[in-house]
Amino acid sequence: MATTIEPGKSYGFFTDTSICIGCKACEVACKEWNQLQGNEPKFLADSYDNTGQLDDQNWRHVKFIDDVPAQSADAGNGKAFLMMSDVCKHCKHASCMDVCPTGAIIRTEFDTVFIQQDVCNGCRNCIAACPYSVIALNPKTGTAHKCTLCYDRLQGGMQPACAKACPTQSIQFGLLGDLHTAADNRLATLHSQGVTQAQLYGRDDTVYGGLNAFFLLMDKPETYGLPNADNAQLPTRNDVGGYLGALVTAVLGVIAGIVAFRRRGAS
Amino acid sequence: MIYLAAEHFVRAPQWTWYILGYFFFAGLTGGCYAIATLLRLVGDARDEPAARIGFYASFVALLVCPVLLTVDLGASWWKFWHMLIDVTPADQGLNFKYWSPMSVGVWALLIFGLFPTVSALEAYVLDRRARSAPAASGSSRFNTVGAPARAVGGVLGGAFNVVGGGLALFIASYTGVLLSVSNQPVWSDTWMLGGLFLASGLSGSGALIALLTRYRADAAFSLGRLHEADGYFSILELVLLVAFFITIGVAGTAGLTLPFLPLWLLALVGIGASLVSARGHMRIRPGGGGSAVISRAGTDTLVVSVLVLLGVLALRAAVIFSAQ
Repeated sequence: MATTIEPGKSYGFFTDTSICIGCKACEVACKEWNQLQGNEPKFLADSYDNTGQLDDQNWRHVKFIDDVPAQSADAGNGKAFLMMSDVCKHCKHASCMDVCPTGAIIRTEFDTVFIQQDVCNGCRNCIAACPYSVIALNPKTGTAHKCTLCYDRLQGGMQPACAKACPTQSIQFGLLGDLHTAADNRLATLHSQGVTQAQLYGRDDTVYGGLNAFFLLMDKPETYGLPNADNAQLPTRNDVGGYLGALVTAVLGVIAGIVAFRRRGAS
Repeated sequence: MIYLAAEHFVRAPQWTWYILGYFFFAGLTGGCYAIATLLRLVGDARDEPAARIGFYASFVALLVCPVLLTVDLGASWWKFWHMLIDVTPADQGLNFKYWSPMSVGVWALLIFGLFPTVSALEAYVLDRRARSAPAASGSSRFNTVGAPARAVGGVLGGAFNVVGGGLALFIASYTGVLLSVSNQPVWSDTWMLGGLFLASGLSGSGALIALLTRYRADAAFSLGRLHEADGYFSILELVLLVAFFITIGVAGTAGLTLPFLPLWLLALVGIGASLVSARGHMRIRPGGGGSAVISRAGTDTLVVSVLVLLGVLALRAAVIFSAQ
C-alpha cells in the first residue's frame, strides 16, 4: 500500500494474522533498522519461537500458537498453527502514557506512541501498566524501550521497516482510515469463505479507544495473549477506589489514635 | 464493583528490593509523623517525649527514601528530577499528573520532607535546651504536670503538625495505590492496598516508637498508649488483609500469592504480636506497676516491636513479589 506520509494524520499497522507465515522477516528488518542487537540466542523449546517475547530488544515478535484444534477440511493431526506478528499497539488511550510520571511518553505528529529516550528515567511505571507486555527496560541505557512505529522513517517519508519487509503483506502500514477499510474488506472476504472465526481486534474503540496497530485474528483475543474488550481497562480505573480505600483507612487510623492517646492521664 | 479484572498479559516491572525498601521506609516515615502528631495534639502533655521520638524516627526514615528511589532507577538515576520537571521540547514546565500516583507521590514526598525535617529540628532544639538547663530551673523545662514544654505551641504549631500529619498519611498509603493503578495481577485486582499499607505503616511506626522509648526514660509514660494504638492499627490491618484476599480471590489471582505463604504468615505473626501486646500492655504508666513491671514491659516491647516491623516488611514483600 503506497502511502504519502504527512504529519497531522493518523497512521498505523493492520496485521492480518490469517496470512502470516511466521518467516520473521519483520523481526529481522526491525532489528536491522533500529540497530537492536537482540538477546543472546537460546533454545526456548517453544515451537518455532526463538525470541520469546516483545522486550527492549524485540520490538516485533512473531508468536507461534500451536495448541489450537485444527479446523481444516481433512483430519490433520488435530493441531493447527496460529501465527501473529505482535507489536506495540499504539493505543488511542495508552496505559503507558497515562501513568508515565516524567512526560517521556508522547503522542507524535503521526498519532503514534513514542518514548523519548532523553526524558525517560527508567521508573518502569509504564511496564507495570502496559496490558500487552510490550515495554521493557534496557539495563544498559536505564530507559524503557518499545516499537517507535519507525518514527524516524516516518519523518523521512518512509514506511516502517517491518511492513516494508513483510513478504505476504500480513503487516500493512498506512493511514488509519485506509487500513480500517482494508481490514473490513478482508474480514468480509473471510466470512464469505466460511472462516467465521476471523475477527478484528482493536479496529473499533472497544479496546483502549481503538488501536493504531490493530489485528485480524483467527481465534479469540485471549488465545493470542491479548485482553478482550471486557478486560482491556486503563490502570487509572483504580485511582478513585484506591484513594478511597486509603482515605477511609486514614480516618479510621486517626480515630484509633485519638482513642488511644486521648488525654485521660492529664491533671 | 468488587470484580476488577482477572485477565492479565503484562510484564512485571521488576520493582524489587529497592522499591521494597522504599515502601517500608515510606510507611515508617509517614506513620511515625502521623503518630507523633497525634501524640502531641491529642495526647497528655507527658506524651511529648514520645512525640519527639516519632519526629526523629520519621526524619531518619525519610532520609532513606529518596536514596532508594534514585538508586532503583539504575543507569538513568541522574534523570530522577525528570519526575518533577518536564523537559519535553515545547512542553517544558513542572510535571504533575494528578491521575498518576507516582507523579503525585513524588511531589508529596518532596513537600512532606519539609515537615519531619522541621519537626525533628524543633525536637532536637528543645531536647538540647532541656538538657543544658540547670536542674534548679526545672520550671523552665517542665510544665505543671511534669512534662517537657512544647516549643512551637499555639495554633500555628498545631496547624503545621496537622498539615504534615495529613501528608504523612498520604505518604504511608499512596505506595499501595500506586501498585493498584497498574495492570498487574493481584495489584490491580484490589482497592485495598492503599489502606492496607497505611494500616501496616501505622502499626509498624507505633511499634518502632514504642521500641525507641527504651532509650528515653521520660517517654515511658506513652508506652502503654502506643501499644494500645498499635493494637487498633493491627485490627484495621487484619480487616483490610482479609478484604484484600477476598477481592483478589474474586478476581481469580489469589493463587499467585501462595508461593509467598511464609511472608504472609510472618505478616500475620506481626499482627498477632501487636494484638497480644496491646491487650497485655494497656495502661502501663510510671509508678503504676513498679520497676519490675516496667522492665518486663521493655523486654516484651523489644520482641513485639521487632516482630511487628518484620511483619510490615514481609507484608510489602509478599504483595510486591506476588505479582512478579
